[in-house]
Parts: sequence; structure tokens; C-alpha cells
Amino acid sequence: MKRLFSRKQDKGDHIHYEKWGYLFLIPFFLAFFVFQFIPLFQTIYYSFFNYYSDSALFVTIGPAWNGFDNFKYIFTSSTLRPISFLGISFGNVNFPNFWYYLINTVLIWIIGFIPQILLSLQLAIWFTDIKLNLKIKSFWKTVIYLPNLIMATAFGMLFLMIFARNGPVIDTLMGWNWISEAFDVSNNQIATRLIIAFLDFLMWFGNTTILLMAGIMGIDNSIYESALLDGASSRTMFHKITMPLLKPIFIYVVITSMIGGIQLFDVAQIFTQRSGGPSESSYTLMMWLYNLISYKQNYGQAGALSLLIFVVTAILSVGVYKTIHPRVNVTKDEMIARKKRFKEYAKCPSTIHEIANRSAAKTKGVE
Amino acid sequence: MKKSMFAIPALLTAGLIALAGCTGQNNTSSAGSGATSTEGKVFNIECWNNEFQGQFEKFYPDYVRTVTEGATSYDLLRDGTKVYFKITPTDGNAYQKKLDADLSAQDSAAVDDKIDMFLIEADYATKYVATDYTLDVKGDVGLSDDDLSQMYQYTKDIVTYNNKLKAVSWQATPGLFAYRRDLAKTVLGSDDPTTVQAALSDWTNFNSVAATAKSKGVFMLSGYDDAYRVYSNNMSGKWVNDSKVVTLDPQIKAWIKATKTYTDSGYNDKTTLWDTQWNADQGPKGNKVLGFFYSTWGINFTLAGNSDPDKLGNTGNPATSLFGDYAVCQGPASWYWGGTWLCGAKGTDNKSLLNKIMYAMTCSRAIANGITRITQDYTNNQVAMNDIAADTTYGSAFLGGQNHIALFKESASKINMKNAGAYDQGCNENIQTAMQDYFTGTADYATAISNFKTKLDAVYNGLTYDATFDAAL
Repeated sequence: MKRLFSRKQDKGDHIHYEKWGYLFLIPFFLAFFVFQFIPLFQTIYYSFFNYYSDSALFVTIGPAWNGFDNFKYIFTSSTLRPISFLGISFGNVNFPNFWYYLINTVLIWIIGFIPQILLSLQLAIWFTDIKLNLKIKSFWKTVIYLPNLIMATAFGMLFLMIFARNGPVIDTLMGWNWISEAFDVSNNQIATRLIIAFLDFLMWFGNTTILLMAGIMGIDNSIYESALLDGASSRTMFHKITMPLLKPIFIYVVITSMIGGIQLFDVAQIFTQRSGGPSESSYTLMMWLYNLISYKQNYGQAGALSLLIFVVTAILSVGVYKTIHPRVNVTKDEMIARKKRFKEYAKCPSTIHEIANRSAAKTKGVE
Repeated sequence: MKKSMFAIPALLTAGLIALAGCTGQNNTSSAGSGATSTEGKVFNIECWNNEFQGQFEKFYPDYVRTVTEGATSYDLLRDGTKVYFKITPTDGNAYQKKLDADLSAQDSAAVDDKIDMFLIEADYATKYVATDYTLDVKGDVGLSDDDLSQMYQYTKDIVTYNNKLKAVSWQATPGLFAYRRDLAKTVLGSDDPTTVQAALSDWTNFNSVAATAKSKGVFMLSGYDDAYRVYSNNMSGKWVNDSKVVTLDPQIKAWIKATKTYTDSGYNDKTTLWDTQWNADQGPKGNKVLGFFYSTWGINFTLAGNSDPDKLGNTGNPATSLFGDYAVCQGPASWYWGGTWLCGAKGTDNKSLLNKIMYAMTCSRAIANGITRITQDYTNNQVAMNDIAADTTYGSAFLGGQNHIALFKESASKINMKNAGAYDQGCNENIQTAMQDYFTGTADYATAISNFKTKLDAVYNGLTYDATFDAAL
């Protein structure tokens, strides 16, 4: 202890402050332990117990060990649903709720994420393009980030009004004679899913753009400069320089967005007014969790469901990582060759100025 | 410099610990400070909105003023007692969860933190009156049979448990059918409440008027859920029995059948309760809807507000404002909607004040009279309501001068709340949501019923369903 926080000067006239960092970390770890670690452990622990407050009868049952019963409940709970896929109807199928809600959740995320990543990538490239050199960049960056500053619930309410049967969208469409009769989007599965996905897209594309821009700006400009000298087109630079070097950030963006997508809750909850849309087609896993914890107050089942959501998220994250970042088998010889090349690269000049200097030096015959 | 660097994390840590230990202790300031009586000087009321607070501040005789101290405010009474209203909105079951937690901790709470009174709603009233957390209004709080004699019997029945009255209400909430006079003339040739009532006296008549209305370009009802409570209040048993078995009552099936017919035949405007189109339909800019089922509070607050969105008053022109154009009649069945009860909390240190507030707000004839005349709410005092019903000079401007209290009076005496249960809120909400898929054609009856079961299972523990769920509609 004395040594750790000693302020005594050592032989080299140095004062050691580095270890004080541990002290600064204490508040975080304390907060993390109390507010994150313990609840996390409890969630897992109680998922193996029959433990609930019967809100209708004012009694608390449990906790009593019941093994995997809560997990069994989550997987066996099912509903008769009219299932159709790509226009083919399979009639009424007794479909497990967990998978149904998972499909809804992932589908809504994908519908929103594909346009989001494409637009964000395009915007990030435009904003960082040295040839394009856009004006009033920070203004546009603020504008695209603004939707994220609005609370999701407020956004949900806003869109509920905009798409109401007597709201502006339906009014305008009727004014243009595109539709003949006032139409309730909340009774249409496709429309409900699309609008929720669009809301998610609108809220998060600014954030994604900023992240991708940071990634692109982290790429050494000299690489682009040398590519320019070599006469590379924008397309080639994007494919050969930007994308490969952006990959770590890109994977980060995809995975964090996917985690956010699986936790889709507020927008869907507000926009469908808790019902989950027609035939629960926009009912997400988080909405189920919310009901289990808020109304049913069944801590065991809610714990089991959150543990399963965690597992699903982990599997999907690994899947996404492996898809974008395929592992290449490298032979031992190739590895040695690579190390050799790396050493040479380390000796290499890193900017065009250095290249110029070196070649100038060469011509002078110094080397 | 060096010392302050050490101080920052230490302060943060200390702050964190302090933060963790300081919840719920903001009312203790006056504890024991010169209180001469044995009763506490802090009175805590838990509720979900400020409706009762408004009523209290307007009509409670000992109320002096509202004092704001930092983030909290309280109502100061003449004897110096501070009345705190602790409001938790009902969203996401938050109010009941808060109440459950606070009641469970009642024994260990500091004297001035204990709940003295809390409010409950019709949909879950039975849950709380069945516990020991609610005081016996007669035995514990000390209201006499004479004090309670003018209350409607149904407002006492629903909150009576083991022959003990556990809560009191200041309002009765009989429902009526509010119709537009101009459209009644179009459809029925008359806007006189007696004639209209004769035409709508039971469901058969009501449905045939709906067909006539349709032929004249008028919707009978606005949405799917409008008639719901008129059916559900007349159920033959509870939603969920004591062994946790859910039954689909014939009245609920009748509502499903009727609403499907109304939707398919175009008798309704396909709206959902509380949505924007439903609200608009009650005013001059919506579609033509003959009428709405509403109870006391709905007619004079919601409907009156919606009828005249531009605040023009009675223009006599249905295209600009419907204020003064509405009238009320009994409709095809007697029913009720809503209602709030006051409960005394076990462990209160303010029993005599509890007695005073309960008496003033729910038993006093003069205050009941005042509430009805000023807010047009229907109060739970039969003799006061009889006075107003018999008052020929009294009339509601919104209803074109009609004395609606007279009609409410008749309807209130017929209300039966025997079948109210602890699961009503979830059952009522979820059957309406699940059946909308059936009405709109998104799902058939079997899948909609299955979805209703899933929705109930997501909010209640351990329910089972009897054969009425498997039977065809």
C-alpha cells in the first residue's frame, strides 16, 4: 500500500503518479459492481427459480428452485397464428412465441439496417472525401445527428400522429388520389413493420455515419495520396483502401447496431400502443420481457428470457463477425514470409515526402 | 494539488454511498418538531394523477394553500398538517407496483413516511380491499352507517370484503348513450331523449337503428370498443374465478359477434378507443357518428372537449361545433365505467384526519352538491343528486339544457358491480386488442382468441382457460 501510493522521489528524480490511476477507477468499479454485476448475477440465478409477485392477489411466490421450467415455458409458450411467407399462406400454425418474436425483431432490424448502413457509408465517404471537400460539413453532421437527440418515445408518438387515419400522410395520399379510402396503418402488418424499421433507421443513421467517419479519418491520408499519385479512381480507393482498413470499425458498427436492434423496444411499444401490431407482427422480444417483468412480475421467467436473449445476441454477433471477417488459414511458411515483409515494411518510408526525400537522396548518391 | 487529486475519487465514492442511502427520507423534516397532538403532522396520499388533488384543493374546507419547497410541494391544512400527494402514473403497471412495495414496507417505514391514504380504481379495487392493508371504514376509520347512508349501494358492494367496508368513493359512474341531436333527427326523425330512448331500448332495436343509420350515411358507433363495457358490465360471472380459470362470458361473445357485424356491415367507423380518429368523430370535423357510450366523467370532460375543438361554444351549426348539439339517453343496457375509491392505509398515524377527509370528500351533502354543480361530475350522494335531478332550473349547456343528472340518477340505481375482479384490467384491455385483428380481418376468430390467451399469459401468472375458449363463436 505504502509503495503503491508513495510520492517519494526515486533515484532518477521521478515522482510516480501512475498507480494513482487505480484509485480513480474505484468509483467506476464500485458502481459497476453494485448496479451491474450483482443484478446480472441475480438475473441468471433467479432464472432457475419459480419466483413471482402475483399482482392480482398481492402475494409473492418463491423463490423456489424449479430447474429449467422457466426456460421450458419460454420455449413452449405458443400461439395459433396465420403464417405466410413470400405470399404463400401456411394457414393457422401453432407457432412458438419466442421464435415468432425473435423473427419479428430481427426482421425489423434488417429492414432498417440495410438502408442505414448504405446511406451512412455513402455520407461518411462524402464527408471525408479529400477531392470532394464539402463545405459546411459540421452543419450537415449536426443535422443528420439531430433525430438521435429526440427521445424514442417522442418519436414514436410523433409518427403515430403522422400516420394516424386522419393524419397528414393519409390526407395527402388521398389528396393525390393515390388511395381512395382512409386507411389505418396500424391494421397492416407490412406497413407497421416498415414504419418501425424506418423510425429506427432515421434515429440511428446519423450515429452510424459519425462512427464510420471516425473510422475513415483514422486511415492514414498518405495512403490515399499515394493512391492518387498512382492514378487510382475513387471506386478503386474505396474498394482497395477504405473498406479493408475500415473493417474493424465496420464490424463494430454492425455488431453494436445488431445488439441495439435485438433490444428494439420503445419505438415498437409506442407505435403499436403496446399491442405489438396486427397479430403481434411487430411484437419484439424486449416487449415480451417488459410484460413479464412489469405486469406479470415473474422474475424467473423474465430472467430466463433475458438469458436467452443474451445467448441469441452472442451467437448472432459471432455469426456476423465470422461472415464479415472470415478467418484465413495461414501456413507456417506464409507466416514467416509475412513477418519478413512486415519487418521490411517497418523500414519503409511512410509518407510521400519521405519517398521524395529518399529518392532525392538517392540521386545525390548519399546512400 | 496533490491532496485534491486524492479527494476527487474519495468524494465520488462517498457521494455514491450517500446516494444509495437517501431514498424516501424527504418528508422527515417535521418529525417530532413541537407536535402537541398524538397524531402526525404529515399526511401521505398515494394516487396516479392529480384529479383527486384538484378536487381536494377546491372543496376540502381545511385546505389553506399549496406550498412548494424545492422539488416537492404539499397542501397545507389549517392546523398545520402537510398533505403530500405522491403521484405515480399507471403506465406499465407502475402505480400498482409502487403501491405494493410501499404497503409491504409500511410497518418498517418512518412514521411520517407511512402511507395514510391511497386511491384505487374499479378495475383492480378488489385486489386491495381483500388485503389487511386497507382499514375498515366503519370499525377503524370511524365513519358511521348514517354518514354512509346516501352512497350508492354498488359503490359499497365492490369494496366490501368479509362484511367490512374497506373504501369509499365520492363519485358514481353510471353510463349513458350520448347522441347527436342533428343526426338523431336525420335517422329517427326526432331528437327528443324519450323518443330516442324508445328506439334504442334494447340491443335488437339498437341494431336495427344502426342499419337505418347506415342507409342515411351515418355510423351508429365510432369504433370497435365503444359498446364493450355496455356488454362486459352485464357479465354473468367474473372474468377469472377463485381457481384462476378464465371464462369467456356469453356477453363478451355477444360483443364480439355484434362488433364483427358492425364492422363488416359498415355500421361503425373502424376506430379504436382513444385514437385520434375516435376523438375527431366526436367533433365537427370527424365522420358522422350517431353517438357514443360514455359514463359521467366522459360526457362532461372528454366528449364536451372533443365536441368543440376550436372553442367556439354553441354555434348552432354542426359543421363548426357540436357544443349544445349532444343529448343523452339510457341506451340498451345499464352499465358503468370507471370510478375511484379512497382507502385508509393500515398503520396510519393520522386516523382522525383520515376520518375528516373521507367524510368531507365522500359523505358531505354540501360538498357533493358543490362538486356536481361546479364540475358537473356525478357524486356519490343520493340525496344531493336527487336535489339536482329535481331542480328544473338545472341543465347542462353542453347537452342543450338537458338535465343529465336526472338520467344518471336512474342509471346509477341499476348498476351491479358484483362481478368485478382483480383481473379485470388485463382482461378488458387485452380482449379489445386481440379481437381487433378479428374485426379487421387480419386474423380469424380462433387465432385472435389464441392471441388473447398469449397476451393474458404475458401479464398474469398461472391462469388456465375453460371450454368456452375452445367453442366456436
